Amino acid sequence: MRDRLLALQEEASQIIVEAPHLEALREAKVKYLGKKGEITGVLRGMGSLSAEERPVIGALANEVRATLSTLIDETEAKLEQAALESKLANENIDVTLPGKSIPLGSLHPINAIIDQMEDIFIGMGFHIAEGPEVETDYLNFEMLNLPKNHPARDMQDSFYISPETLLRTHTSSVQVRTMIDKKGEVPVRIICPGKVYRRDDDDATHSHQFTQIEGLVVDSGVSMGELHGVLLHFIKKLFGEDTEVRLRPSYFPFTEPSVEVDIFHPEKGWIEILGAGMVHPNVLEQAGYSAEKYTGFAFGIGVERIAILKYNIDDIRHFYQNDLRFTKQFKSV
Amino acid sequence: MLVSYEWLSEYVDLEGISPEDIAEELNRTGIEVEVIYTRDAGVSRVVVGKVLQCIPHPEADRLNVCSVHVGLAVPLQIVCGAKNVAAGQLVPVALEGATLPGDIKIKRTKLRGVESNGMICSAKELGLPDKVLMKEQQEGILVLGKDARIGQDIKQYLGMNDQAIELQLTPNRSDCLSMFGVAYEISAIFNRELRLPEVEVEESPEQLMPLSISLQNEEDCPIYAAQVIHDLRIGPSPQWMQNRLITAGIRPINNIVDITNYVMVETGQPLHAFDYEQVRGGQIVVRRAVEGEQLVTLDGVTRTLDDETLIITDGQEILGLAGIMGGESSEVKPVTTTILLESAYFDPHKIRSSSRKLGVRSEANHRFERGVNPERVQPALARAVQLLRELAYGEVASEVVVAGLEEVEDIEVTLRHDRLTTVMGIELEEAEVLSIFERLQFPVTVEEGVYRVKAPVRRPDINIEVDLIEEVARLYGYDRIPTSLPWGQQQPGGRTEWQENRRTIRHTLRDLGLNEVITYSLTSESLEGEITYPLTVPHIPIPIAMPMSNEHAILRTNLLPQLVQVAAHNRNHGVPDISIYELSKVYLASDVNQHTLPEERFQLAFLLTGDYHPSSWIQAPQKGGDFFTAKGLLTALLERLCITGMEYEAISIDGFHPGRTALLKYDKHVIGVLGQLHPSLSKKYDLDDTVVCQLDLENLLQLSSKDDLIYQPIPRYPGITRDLALIIDESLPVSQIEAGIRAVTGELLKKVTLFDVFTGEQIGTGKKSIAFNLVYRSDDRTLTDEEVQSVHDGAVAFLVDTFKAKLR
Repeated sequence: MRDRLLALQEEASQIIVEAPHLEALREAKVKYLGKKGEITGVLRGMGSLSAEERPVIGALANEVRATLSTLIDETEAKLEQAALESKLANENIDVTLPGKSIPLGSLHPINAIIDQMEDIFIGMGFHIAEGPEVETDYLNFEMLNLPKNHPARDMQDSFYISPETLLRTHTSSVQVRTMIDKKGEVPVRIICPGKVYRRDDDDATHSHQFTQIEGLVVDSGVSMGELHGVLLHFIKKLFGEDTEVRLRPSYFPFTEPSVEVDIFHPEKGWIEILGAGMVHPNVLEQAGYSAEKYTGFAFGIGVERIAILKYNIDDIRHFYQNDLRFTKQFKSV
Repeated sequence: MLVSYEWLSEYVDLEGISPEDIAEELNRTGIEVEVIYTRDAGVSRVVVGKVLQCIPHPEADRLNVCSVHVGLAVPLQIVCGAKNVAAGQLVPVALEGATLPGDIKIKRTKLRGVESNGMICSAKELGLPDKVLMKEQQEGILVLGKDARIGQDIKQYLGMNDQAIELQLTPNRSDCLSMFGVAYEISAIFNRELRLPEVEVEESPEQLMPLSISLQNEEDCPIYAAQVIHDLRIGPSPQWMQNRLITAGIRPINNIVDITNYVMVETGQPLHAFDYEQVRGGQIVVRRAVEGEQLVTLDGVTRTLDDETLIITDGQEILGLAGIMGGESSEVKPVTTTILLESAYFDPHKIRSSSRKLGVRSEANHRFERGVNPERVQPALARAVQLLRELAYGEVASEVVVAGLEEVEDIEVTLRHDRLTTVMGIELEEAEVLSIFERLQFPVTVEEGVYRVKAPVRRPDINIEVDLIEEVARLYGYDRIPTSLPWGQQQPGGRTEWQENRRTIRHTLRDLGLNEVITYSLTSESLEGEITYPLTVPHIPIPIAMPMSNEHAILRTNLLPQLVQVAAHNRNHGVPDISIYELSKVYLASDVNQHTLPEERFQLAFLLTGDYHPSSWIQAPQKGGDFFTAKGLLTALLERLCITGMEYEAISIDGFHPGRTALLKYDKHVIGVLGQLHPSLSKKYDLDDTVVCQLDLENLLQLSSKDDLIYQPIPRYPGITRDLALIIDESLPVSQIEAGIRAVTGELLKKVTLFDVFTGEQIGTGKKSIAFNLVYRSDDRTLTDEEVQSVHDGAVAFLVDTFKAKLR
């Protein structure tokens, strides 16, 4: 009987190991280890054994059963692995095929630049101020040192609605509004992005509507050095650390000294990107700030101009035509 | 202002300073220079020649064979086709090997068998533009003046080696509208010696001719000076003067006019010469015109004047418009021998408003408008008289008569050294500041840190302390001011919640696949009327007083018409799939007369047409111009903004599909509109089905409960689901059924999902089948089937009862 068990073990081991698939393995399991299996069959003859032999054979039978059982588990694992591998081998896809389309939109480049500039200035402690686009002549011009007959009004012919109201020609009117609202409090540190309007025929370089970002700082002891520092920081953030910047004296009725800022463009040379200056004492005083006690600086940035330079855009009308072949190029900004 | 380099070099030592250096330094110190023009358009080997003989060509009627002396041993034989060529003329001769503008090379040639050794040139062939030429110089060969020397390089004679530096002057720097002013500036910038010409003032003769001046009011005309000159002989001015005028962009006319223009460019003071014969009694009266008075100006135009126009009269007839243009009748003519020469200071505002009203722009009124230098009124007159004597045989025939102010005083402006330091952000040495004022030729004294500066009359822009700070800063150099970052009191920066929300909306829509656009605030009435926006519909759009075109004549009250235009533009340019949004203002009149500022309200609008995402190898397209795609996008946005409970109420309004449009409401307040564009409107613009939405942003954001957000525990007990399929009237809004279910089931119902809507014959006409999936769950126990069934049955009974629904 012992020989029979050992022979069965050998026979079963071979069948198990050679089982070509899980089904054959299952059959072998039933055949040898099942309730009606061969090992059980052998053990049925245990009654004919002596009392000494019976536990020995019993132990052997259990040993054979355990060995085969382990072997079956191992083989099963191997076969399952092989089955999985063969299944996966048939599941190959072309990973170069395009993915399903998930729509991603774009910000308008003008607003994207405003977003970026806001972030830069907020980092320097600025707030965002806003004001109306339809403005009084008083706040758009007169409070900015531009009385009715001032020759500088030539530079910005305007869309009037009534003799006293017009579409603002610059965001500088928000400077005045902010100072009036703050009633002499300092520090004032704001930027105001917004739409502005001038009577220009639309062409590649002119637009009757465009976008400005005005900035204003008022505090005690504000100097041209700070003006220079703040603008330099913003320009380098927006155009890159290596950008060359040049300050030129200029003239605006509401600032003095006045500054125009150029950056160096590798192909176009020096290009003007913004106007700025120390707030004119008249403007401070009219808005309720003592020009003796406080100084300030202001700047005005043409957003289209910045976008045109940064992205090498050839025609300002692109911004308002909204051809999607244009705007969709700015998904990453 | 065009500045002749050659002319400037007479007043400032420019040794070692090129026109490019001047441009660079002017840019650095406050005057913009963009262009330097060169007068030489590419001329070489062209010299002055004298036509000795001129005989007709034996073989060609229109040609002449000339013998021209160019300073060589033998005269050259040159064939010339110009009608005006004649013996005795001095002419420009392009020699063999010469180059002319347009890269033309002159070679020895034969014309109809006659040898020609060069070419006699026209002005055009030398590259001189018509606008600087006298009429007689524009046709045929250029006949040179008697002052040309035979053999002289034509470029030297015509001043073509000169360069013109174009200054872009800001309105405050009217002082640089003169060569003298520019010379002061250049001298200060480069610290070079200034050498302005001395004017010889001729002793006045015995009074030969009468001259008197009366001013109606001295505010309009603070100074008026004049003198009478006679024995004049009108002819061309010398070439050097013509050259300087041409470089300055002014066409030479004759010696009298040229001298007045020359002195204007030199001193900045415009002068006017009247034909003295036309000035009755030698009397000048400066007064305001009477409304409706007329004058024919020297350009031949009859002009009707108003009582704001300042005029020069002789007490009877109008002689000219002060500071703007002379009258035709008093114009200097070729036979004129006696002139009355005017040099005056007119009120800049008067001149400005009159010249704008009359639409006249000239070098003279440009200067008067910006304010001439009152100190130069008389010297300029003297300078012109000097030149008239030297160059036009003139003799003074009266004293200089001056009406109005005699003396103008320099003003004193003080500058505190510590104020300079505060504003500049750098402490300069006192000596450095003093040296800057010295270079500017501003007389200055300093005592205990205070500079007392005499601001010269020639610099009307210097009035207060900060004007001096600017002068010091610009000449010190802006780039030398060290940079610093803020500063004083610190404050955290940031956006307001309102600003933050607007940014969130824009970015969310971008993330949802929409493309942001910006359209014009100004639009046309016809476009504005295409689509009704229920929120702003009682408002009449605000018109612009003087629009540039009908297209941009009113301020919009609605963003949608322009979004449709953007879609149409894209469609026409081969972009059919359009998903766009805009967040901008509309403008609502507060009162009919526009006395107060309008209300400006931010609106959010979006538009979808074509595919929201196109089809591909793996997926079917998702249509964008579909109400439910748009509603889905809106729902996602509302979720982002933490807004729940938006109601959609079917509505029919102009511009929209009558059956596919919803008014967006919350608690009876209208928030906006969502709907399909009326098919006739989409057809008009060649668009496929198009869905648009517009919301009033302020109304919308009030609904946000973002600030109340509190964490809800994750459910601990399992839920039980039930499906519910009903047949109801087709016209019954599903939202009512859903609201009914929620109302009846109460707290246990956690989620309602509509998963099927179906109409068809088997359902019956006028009916629709709808199916919901309901999830019931309790927060404190595991529900039993029986419990759920009883609640669910209650809901079914309610629906059957209330809406006549049939259970499927």
